[in-house]
Amino acid sequence: MDLTNSTCTEIRDAVRGKKVSALEVTRHFADRIQKLDSKVNAFVSTNDRAEDAAKMVDAKIAKGSDPGALAGVPMAIKDLLCTKGLKTTASSKILANFVPPYSATVVNRLEAAGAVTIGKTSLDEFAMGSSNENAATGPVHNPWNLEYVPGGSSGGSAAAIAARMAPGAIGTDTGGSIRQPASFCGLFGIKPTYGRVSRFGIIAFASSLDQAGPMALSTKDCALILETISGSCAHDSTSATIEVPKWSEIITEDVKGLRVGLPKEYFAEKMDSDVERVTREAIAALKDKGAVIVDVSLPLVKHAVPVYYLVATSEASSNLARYDGMRFGHRSTNAAHGDLDDLYSSSRGEGFGSEVKRRIMLGTYALSSGYYDAYYQKASQVRRLIRNEFLNAFQTCDVILSPVCTSPAFKVGERINDPLEMYLNDIFTTSTNLAGLPGMSVPAGYSKAGLPIGVQLMTRHFDETRMFNVSLALENSLQAVKARRPNVI
Amino acid sequence: MSSDLEKAATAGTSYGDYEPIIGIEIHAQLSTASKMFCHSSTAFGHADNENICEVCTAMPGALPVINKKAVEFSVKMGLALGCEIRKRSVFSRKQYFYPDLPKGYQISQFDLPLCEHGRVDFLLGTEKKSISITRAHMEEDAGKSTHHGEYSLINLNRAGTPLLEIVSGPDIRGPAEAAEYARTVHKILRYLDVCDGNLEEGSFRCDCNVSVRKKGEKELRTRVEIKNINSFRFVEKAVEYEILRQIDCYETGEKIHQETRLYDPDKNRTFMMRSKEEAHDYRYFPDPDLLPLEIEESFIDAVRKTLPELPLKRAERFQQEYKIPEYDSLVLTQERDLADYYEAVVVAAGGNGKSASNWVMTDLMRELNESKKTVAQSPITASNLGKMIALIDKGTISGKIAKTVFSEMWTSGKEPEVIVKEKGLVQITDTSAIEKAIDDVIAASPNEAAAYRGGKDKLFGFFVGQVMKATKGQASPDMVNQLLKKKLSGS
Repeated sequence: MDLTNSTCTEIRDAVRGKKVSALEVTRHFADRIQKLDSKVNAFVSTNDRAEDAAKMVDAKIAKGSDPGALAGVPMAIKDLLCTKGLKTTASSKILANFVPPYSATVVNRLEAAGAVTIGKTSLDEFAMGSSNENAATGPVHNPWNLEYVPGGSSGGSAAAIAARMAPGAIGTDTGGSIRQPASFCGLFGIKPTYGRVSRFGIIAFASSLDQAGPMALSTKDCALILETISGSCAHDSTSATIEVPKWSEIITEDVKGLRVGLPKEYFAEKMDSDVERVTREAIAALKDKGAVIVDVSLPLVKHAVPVYYLVATSEASSNLARYDGMRFGHRSTNAAHGDLDDLYSSSRGEGFGSEVKRRIMLGTYALSSGYYDAYYQKASQVRRLIRNEFLNAFQTCDVILSPVCTSPAFKVGERINDPLEMYLNDIFTTSTNLAGLPGMSVPAGYSKAGLPIGVQLMTRHFDETRMFNVSLALENSLQAVKARRPNVI
Repeated sequence: MSSDLEKAATAGTSYGDYEPIIGIEIHAQLSTASKMFCHSSTAFGHADNENICEVCTAMPGALPVINKKAVEFSVKMGLALGCEIRKRSVFSRKQYFYPDLPKGYQISQFDLPLCEHGRVDFLLGTEKKSISITRAHMEEDAGKSTHHGEYSLINLNRAGTPLLEIVSGPDIRGPAEAAEYARTVHKILRYLDVCDGNLEEGSFRCDCNVSVRKKGEKELRTRVEIKNINSFRFVEKAVEYEILRQIDCYETGEKIHQETRLYDPDKNRTFMMRSKEEAHDYRYFPDPDLLPLEIEESFIDAVRKTLPELPLKRAERFQQEYKIPEYDSLVLTQERDLADYYEAVVVAAGGNGKSASNWVMTDLMRELNESKKTVAQSPITASNLGKMIALIDKGTISGKIAKTVFSEMWTSGKEPEVIVKEKGLVQITDTSAIEKAIDDVIAASPNEAAAYRGGKDKLFGFFVGQVMKATKGQASPDMVNQLLKKKLSGS
């Protein structure tokens, strides 16, 4: 069996069918990490108890008991999710040695389903960034071309799968952090509806926007992982009590009569020619399968990026206040003796990277008295209008299709000194987070330079089923896209 | 401080041309078993940092989940304070850095609190006071820091404990009133069993906002907040000190600064903790980890059903049902035991509410006070007192005899009928018997009779006294009056 290029579903079936043991699978991927990660730098740490977990799955199978829906599937977990007894750093110096005494609900659910946590993957520090260059452990490289970024902030998770160091991974998406790296690395990646997945144990960046979701090599894998991690959670009051469909069993590629909306504002601007070509090809593929293409208008979406950066940084400035050197994480030894304020500022000054500091400052400003109304408050109002605008658009279409990013992956270091340019990269993705809608990145083609390009699908709240159906239709139509392999393999 | 003012104040009179304006914020710890947003215990007296978890220590990734019992208790208190309960209230983050504040923010309600627009009534001496409640909102407590010279220790057992912050309007006008308001709120919390009210353990803390202005001024002047006062007596003393300090400042031309002060009970003075310039910008914003708290009408109704009849409602009912004055009703409902006792007296007396209130409020309370007994310890049962009132109403005994019966009941605890029988205290209502006594008295005092008839009206009392004496006080006073008048006027 070609474990390297197998999907999660294939591995699960093979393990359950005793064609391969979970232990063999784990060792295979652990070896690949050993061999490849010095080039890619996707992992922050590996799990030295992974083999024990695999053995437990094998023991269950030997006993004839149910080993779970993800039996023996190695999963790379973004290092923003707490893992009990396993270092969790958010790729930040301030949490360099933090070992949580609990696991995120997402991790607990995966492990309960027999998945094996193979390692913790790199991210832009505290999930702030779109290139995975802002990580305490250095930049991650795109397995399709090591000179390029994998995208961010779930860049480590994306690169881990692209380099086949894990068949599936968990990322988190606050403004596009699953979809954009999925697009840059040629993967399927979904940000579910806000509330679909528990945020308990996920280190908060912007609480009202963050959602964890799967990244994988197929639509079905995403469906399988998402149905495993979804559902209400007693530890997260923002998690929805709505029923979770068995997507992995119910999705079809039938898109006949489905109305696919193209937001005219997204296509009006001069677009990167590769991105435009790939997007048009995806639209044509859906048309061939019987989908109806309709125009929709989202005039307020042009405000999504500024609104996003006000809401996200405001929440971040508050969420990151707990990293003060008092109870866990980095505490400065350089503070003036007996000066509490200096202890705070030295610990935080040494522990946080520059992008995180930039956002804390921005958020602190936006929330401060005298500016709250003009910034945070106003952004919240526009956010509501953007949400309404989407709901309105979904009166005339079932799915919205757009590019994921303005361009394919860029070179490491190319935009590092231009944060604004980097922020604008999120123009197509941030609005779904603001509206709480589900969004998905589906591999749809390549740039002339051979870098992957994805298209984005968006549906109504809790309508992931339809999104998966469209994704599957695209996946089946664009087999040639799937057949290509990254250079590093 | 000018000694004139001090004298005026200690004499309990006034502050000259000045008028104090006081508002009080009370932090009441809700007596839930677990914390506001997690399962950790709220029990007092455990080892340091024993009652903590990832939520109340703000570990990365931890999320708050609202304690339903805390909401229920808050709604209960809100209803008891006559507040409107907001169906959709919002938790916000109040942000500042301090080592005993693990998240770097306190979760509190800000612009959309759970309870609003209530009222608390109480008696200050004989005067009825009515203080508005601006709001009562839910929040969590911080941890506790102890400082030991070179280092500080943090105990997070208290972090995340649910609090209800009850904010009064600036309606309070003096130190005694401030203390009595706090006592009343304390009493209601305990009455509802939503707060143990333990001041030593910090379950009930007061912040007092004090300003003074010249009488007749409409605008409020700069206010000063005195924080964390944990005794009613200290509320009174701290407010008193602060009023005098501020008047003194105005008199000497000194400026009052908006600041936060602390009260030192040993020195009986307030001192500055921080100035407004040092005050934080709390950067409040709605907590995105908690959706707005939505409460169904049915939940509020269910809580309302668990409310005991509250003092104020009970007072209103007493006025209507027992036809007693407002003042009486407020006195009688100050304590639940007293109100219960009074109602039992009325029942046993067959419904004479006013007479029952007179006996309870004057004779009984005097005896209780003198002997330092509680209502529950009264040797006179409510039923006996009621029966005694019934005897008066039936005309069996006079009010005067009743005084004797009452004191006999107090010492022996016997039933009034028994006492009346044993001592032969039955009132004489037989016309001929009284007439006979009157005739005897007039016959024995011819000079006085002549003088009275000659116009010396005042002698009437002398004859009443003589008749009562002759009948050992048992003659019906009404009848004596009536018959005596007839006989003396020479018929």
